[in-house]
Amino acid sequence: MHELSITQSMLDLVLEQAKNAGAKEVGKINLVLGEMTGVVDRAVQFYFDFLSKGTPAEGATLSFKVIPTTARCRNCAQDFKLGEFDWTCPHCKGNNIEIVGGKELFVESIEVD
Amino acid sequence: MEIKVVKDIMGANDQIAQKNRQLFDKNKVFVVNVMASPGAGKTSLILETIKRLKGKVKVGVVEGDISSSLDAEAISKEDVPVVQINTGGECHLDASMTASALDNLPLADIELLLIENVGNLVCPAEFRIGEDMRILIASTPEGDDKPFKYPLMFHEADAVLINKIDLLPYLKFDVDAFSKAIKGINQKAKIFPLSCTTGDGIDKWVDWLRGQAKG
Repeated sequence: MHELSITQSMLDLVLEQAKNAGAKEVGKINLVLGEMTGVVDRAVQFYFDFLSKGTPAEGATLSFKVIPTTARCRNCAQDFKLGEFDWTCPHCKGNNIEIVGGKELFVESIEVD
Repeated sequence: MEIKVVKDIMGANDQIAQKNRQLFDKNKVFVVNVMASPGAGKTSLILETIKRLKGKVKVGVVEGDISSSLDAEAISKEDVPVVQINTGGECHLDASMTASALDNLPLADIELLLIENVGNLVCPAEFRIGEDMRILIASTPEGDDKPFKYPLMFHEADAVLINKIDLLPYLKFDVDAFSKAIKGINQKAKIFPLSCTTGDGIDKWVDWLRGQAKG
């Protein structure tokens, strides 16, 4: 449910960037979403459709690049995708990991006219 | 025309959080964001913490709930300044909601501010509110698989308080496996098994908290 406020922040950011560029219309918004954030693309799309009504971003296409939750082993420095119920390193079986991907939540670019 | 943006969507919230932080620093207030699922014992933990700090540390409380002022009423009996925030449906506190509560708190007379977030293991993790420390209360009836189900929350916590350990004889909750799972994703997290009902383990948590607040 955090998608409502997150989508509003995203829209504010997009409209500000479009205005600065002197654009009349936003055609596409390229978003990067980390899997770990728990932000659901369908929910963002749902809120976007009504929040953007009457703004230059109305009708814009949302594109989502989803980044999987990725861990790096602190013992052997290898990266791996985090398993559901197993957080040990598949290479050295170590249990000391750090998250290196999956927390992203940003606007990469917008396409405007 | 394509415009490169590469800006964090949480940027606007983080800016307000930074302003809150400046206000806290100016007034020398140490701020703890208390997060947990509904019923894990956030209010009970805050009450037990206040009782043990009485006469030693000046505590203030912000209560975040979707609706009602039940929690703030319980806290006000302890004679500490408390403000209730009703989010009106939002599932988390954000920096601007927190900022609005600060106007109603005597910050100059508070050394430790405990902010109870809305009961939820997903959304609050995304929103910084200007806190010094984030704690997560996980209670034993919720099950020991929660770090795997809500990794961001466990990843973000400075301390995890395992509440309701008095119920362990009746539950299949493996404290060691749970602690190991947390350490797997978050080496820095301090872990405190405790019970707000029996009082077991609370002193240890409060002593640690005081040490952190002074540092």
